[in-house]
Amino acid sequence: MTFTIPGMDPIHALKDVSFRLESGELLSVLGPSGCGKTTLLNIIAGFLAPTEGEVMLDGKLVIGPSAERGMVFQQGALFEWLTVEKNIAYGPTMAGKSRMETREIVDHLLETVGLQDFANKPVYQLSGGMQQRVALARCLANDPEIILMDEPLGALDALTREKMQGLILKLWKETGKTIILITHSVEEAIFLGERLMVMAPRPGRIKREYRLPFAGRGLAEDPREIKAASDFIEKREEILSMIWDMEEEIMGQRSETN
Amino acid sequence: MSNKNQQSSLMIWLGLADNSFTRQKTVKFGDPSAINSGRAYGLIMVAGLLFLWWISTNYGWIKPIYWPPFSEVGSRLVKLLSEGYRNVSLWNHVSASVFRVLSGVFYGALIGIPLGLAMGLSSIVRGMFDPVVEFIRPIPPLALIPLIILWFGIDEFAKIFLLFLAALFIMIIAARSGVNGVNISKVHAAYSLGASKFQVLRTVILPNALPEIFTGLRISMGVCWGTVVAAELVAADKGIGSMIMIAKNFLQTDTVIIGISIIGLIGFSIEIVMRALERWLIPWHGSG
Repeated sequence: MTFTIPGMDPIHALKDVSFRLESGELLSVLGPSGCGKTTLLNIIAGFLAPTEGEVMLDGKLVIGPSAERGMVFQQGALFEWLTVEKNIAYGPTMAGKSRMETREIVDHLLETVGLQDFANKPVYQLSGGMQQRVALARCLANDPEIILMDEPLGALDALTREKMQGLILKLWKETGKTIILITHSVEEAIFLGERLMVMAPRPGRIKREYRLPFAGRGLAEDPREIKAASDFIEKREEILSMIWDMEEEIMGQRSETN
Repeated sequence: MSNKNQQSSLMIWLGLADNSFTRQKTVKFGDPSAINSGRAYGLIMVAGLLFLWWISTNYGWIKPIYWPPFSEVGSRLVKLLSEGYRNVSLWNHVSASVFRVLSGVFYGALIGIPLGLAMGLSSIVRGMFDPVVEFIRPIPPLALIPLIILWFGIDEFAKIFLLFLAALFIMIIAARSGVNGVNISKVHAAYSLGASKFQVLRTVILPNALPEIFTGLRISMGVCWGTVVAAELVAADKGIGSMIMIAKNFLQTDTVIIGISIIGLIGFSIEIVMRALERWLIPWHGSG
């Protein structure tokens, strides 16, 4: 993927990024800022056309956004002129589903994300954590093939964030959806990612891939205990130092060019 | 401390004592929210001005032709309310002006909003209308009066057309910036939820542009109110502006003063009504 911004030299945002995701897998993507993780997600979602290469879903070429690829954004993507209920009902309503059917989907999801008492509240009155619950439910209402999450918990405070990680894990297990999660939190990436892809910048590329056991354990065991376990900490430090080295390298390049 | 907490509510209302919010603030100079209302001084100011009016006219410091005494303005107001001015009731003068403003804003919005939205969404429409809008926008509507008189004369249509032009460009720009201000995440979200282009326009772009459109309506109302009075000063037989102008020719300063006060009151009321409507219709604005 070469990014062209008017008046600037083209930037190689992504180079030779190639991977395959099996149905039902949860892949987290981690990397220092500027490594192209959001660009990658935008290409998969169909918001950007790649200059080279292609994205395939179930053997079909991706050429634009579609309801089979749901998105959860960091924040500000809810429709604040609608209630919680109407936000969640957006997908089914646009698809022209019957009132009864939509009602059923919405009621079920309200319960799943724990917002049944807030159905008629306007979303702008909710806290950040609750808004992200609505965003997750709104995405699930469409029953997409794959869910793309662009730092969904990035704007939340640390405590809410931990709670929401549990919710994402629960939803993943219950629905069996394929999920790609972009995050800049190393802990979150390791905890939620059944697979983890660490990316490096300039040009954006895959640095290393991992298969991790923590997401699987996260349902049976206490998340706090998993995060305090020695194998978790070991992985966290390994990945942190790898990213740290990349950051150092970028700083070095910058001071040379300056 | 307890003594301080028990300030009478009258003193607080007058702004002479700290209320429970400003009391806890120690930094007051530089923090506008920590300053008391100072209503008492406002009341003193108004009373002082009224007293100045009374004393200066009573003792003949000012000639009635420049500023008439209290009693004259009062009796003129009673007369205007009962008999009207030049065979037209005061209410009709006011409603003529208000009707012109509402018509101008209505037609301006009717054409301006779709055009502004289209300019934000289509390169063809933007390209076609950008030069026209950018050229006409900085022209004060009053500068168009001579041309409009040449074209349409001085009847009702000419006035409403002038106000239509005044509102049109404000509404075009408001609607266009409403489209430009849409958070791209919302549009992307709608598309990945399966919405079509038309659905995105109706369910995302339009509601998202509403606050800007409403601000545009509020500004249009204000500008049109100013323009209608000025237009009526130039040529009209009805309307609050024409009433002032005719009264001036007969040196009826009291009628002029009453007319000016009514203009101020109505301008103020328009603003209040629009703000209330905004809070009621767009409650999410400012908390997105």
